[in-house]
Amino acid sequence: MLFARSTPPENLFVRGARVVDPAEGVDGVFDVRVDDGVISALGTDLDTNSHRVLDGEGLVLAPAFVDPHVHLRTPGREDEETIASGSAAAAAGGYCAILAMPNTDPVVDSAATLGALIESARAEAEVPVGFLAAITKQQGGTELTEMAELADAGAAGFSDDGVPVASPGLMRRALQYGAVTQRRIALHCEETTLSRDGQMHEGEVSAELGFTGYPSVAESLMVERDLALAAYERQPLHLLHLSAWESVQALRRARAEGVAATAEVTPHHLCLTDEAVRSLDANVKMNPPLRSASDRTALIEGLKDGTITAIATDHAPHARHEKEVPFEAAPFGVTGLETAFAALYTHLVEPGLVPFETLLERMSAGPARAYGLDEPRIAVGRPANLVLLDLNASYRITEGSFRSRSVNSWLLGETVKGAVRTTIAAGRVVFAA
Amino acid sequence: MAEIRVMREDLRPPAPPPKRHFISIKDVTREDVERLLATARTFERSLEREVKKLPTLKGRLVINVFYESSTRTSSSFELAAKRLSADTMSIKSSGSSVDKGESLKDTAITLGAYDPDVIVIRHPQIGAPQLVARVTDAHVVNAGDGKHQHPTQALLDLYTMRESFGRLEGLHVAIVGDVLHSRVARSLIQALALTGAQVTLVGPPALLPRGIEAMSCETTTDIAAIGAADVVYVLRMQRERMQEGANYVPSLREYTARWGVTPERLRPGQKVMHPGPMNRGVEIDPRVADHADALIETQVRAGLVSRMAVLYDLLTSGPVGIKTETALEVA
Repeated sequence: MLFARSTPPENLFVRGARVVDPAEGVDGVFDVRVDDGVISALGTDLDTNSHRVLDGEGLVLAPAFVDPHVHLRTPGREDEETIASGSAAAAAGGYCAILAMPNTDPVVDSAATLGALIESARAEAEVPVGFLAAITKQQGGTELTEMAELADAGAAGFSDDGVPVASPGLMRRALQYGAVTQRRIALHCEETTLSRDGQMHEGEVSAELGFTGYPSVAESLMVERDLALAAYERQPLHLLHLSAWESVQALRRARAEGVAATAEVTPHHLCLTDEAVRSLDANVKMNPPLRSASDRTALIEGLKDGTITAIATDHAPHARHEKEVPFEAAPFGVTGLETAFAALYTHLVEPGLVPFETLLERMSAGPARAYGLDEPRIAVGRPANLVLLDLNASYRITEGSFRSRSVNSWLLGETVKGAVRTTIAAGRVVFAA
Repeated sequence: MAEIRVMREDLRPPAPPPKRHFISIKDVTREDVERLLATARTFERSLEREVKKLPTLKGRLVINVFYESSTRTSSSFELAAKRLSADTMSIKSSGSSVDKGESLKDTAITLGAYDPDVIVIRHPQIGAPQLVARVTDAHVVNAGDGKHQHPTQALLDLYTMRESFGRLEGLHVAIVGDVLHSRVARSLIQALALTGAQVTLVGPPALLPRGIEAMSCETTTDIAAIGAADVVYVLRMQRERMQEGANYVPSLREYTARWGVTPERLRPGQKVMHPGPMNRGVEIDPRVADHADALIETQVRAGLVSRMAVLYDLLTSGPVGIKTETALEVA
């Protein structure tokens, strides 16, 4: 389900890093040896075996990250991102695997389009990339794609991300068919008659600024519908980019009742609130929108208690000229691959809102599990999917910071703490600062 | 007055002295408002003279850029600049490069190349004036940006109320109608809060934005509430809003029956204001519009002197300090 440039795996030796893998219960200073891309030894005072040595002193070695939600804009908007640039950005962000959404032009709704993407990924992807295919043809919401064929052709899951599956009847059919494809169905929850023309969260800030509101209930109503359908069909589903307190509540309830639902949350929803929109900066315009402080708190709580098991960037590159317009004229979406860890470390871990181990788990094993991918682990015999983090690095994010073709980041100009120094994906160094 | 916070410092050369703008009431202080009102009053007196033109802004260039149709705002800005002897230029979106799809940023950069002292902009989208302020060196005046702000309207409304009542502190103003879509209402609510007036918003539930109470005002759907106010400020009921199938109200007919401002709903002596253009017979009964207690024409005159005050203030005074009348007379 994941595809990348085929390059020979490496022999590596990471010396003296603080190795942290919450899933393995590891936290201590060790050496890690990698033979042919596979972790072969974990211990103290290991022999380098003449492998390429990466100095880990003062750094944290963690399982590399998995981003279940990126937009690579290919095919159709290669000026904004390509598989090469997007996967290079992922490597720089500490990711060993990313999943790309199918809302491209054309939409990934046929085995032919999917096949072409997989071929490109094999030629140019720096880190393994998986591709979701659409639930409905052209994401039109009326006719299912040939999901079984798409799954056989390598689809990592199914989503109409960007738009909701409006019809409950069709949503039910898609969930039923999930039993055949054995792939996760990922849902963008939005009741568009409630969010119509919405520019930002409906609340005190939208009332003052005059923007048309996009109320929380536009999301949570759809979340509740989809959870009810999943419960009825006894099928799993994955909820994309949750933003509202009510959605977290509904998900927590459904999971307690045994619904196999997973969910993700973005760094921007975890770090910001609708107060940020007062800047009128188009780089804080996204769908779903930034919500109130109590929504943010609920998302953080949900992340901590395991209601939300994945952090997803929803990396959405946009051309500069499309964002340098008044807020209402700008498209939704911000980039995130290269800034996610630093943003979350700075805004959540440093102030003590989320434990470091939780952050690592939700950026790596959590999202992998949601889609049935191999969890990156630091244990002998596992493929080397590792990231070296410098928790003391403090630096300013500028337009020059990015490997992505787009710079529509909400962090521009901000000073953050926590840097990715080296990324090892599928046994190969894909990024070294 | 307002200073634009440069959000992306890395795009800009190191800190030039911040330009002053008039983009949102949110950015100004009570002192700013008092200074502007005092200046406007001085200009009102100067307009009583036989020769109304003042040499104050001779040699300055004011460019008016209007992306939306407007009668009173555009004409009063143009006249305000001319009365102060500034050179003026007016750009309308139709018949300009905007028709050819030029972006606001490029249009602003183009106009900025003429080194205007002030750019007055009206635009259908929130934040357009901030964008212009970011890419040009001119002082920017917001003549209305989408549903966000119309600060010179608020200033002229304060001026009108102050002239009529002699005070703003403690004044009770009921704002009636489509608050949701109204930049006039947003600026006015903030301006009234700044000057110590009390505000009640009255209208159909869907046209009173959720959360607006946070702007220190009360809301009610009961039109009878206007009876308690010193000033009834009637907002324009935008017909186009009713055509989208949005069902903000079931019909204009029902709106008028329920929320129209009629003589029967007013107390004698209550003052009535309207930012124009009016829909007579919809939000305001013609008998109210034409009554002596309506300050609508006063508002238009106040618009001229308030805008003169804004242009004068941006181009001549520092961030603080009230210009005396004497100083003006000499100029």
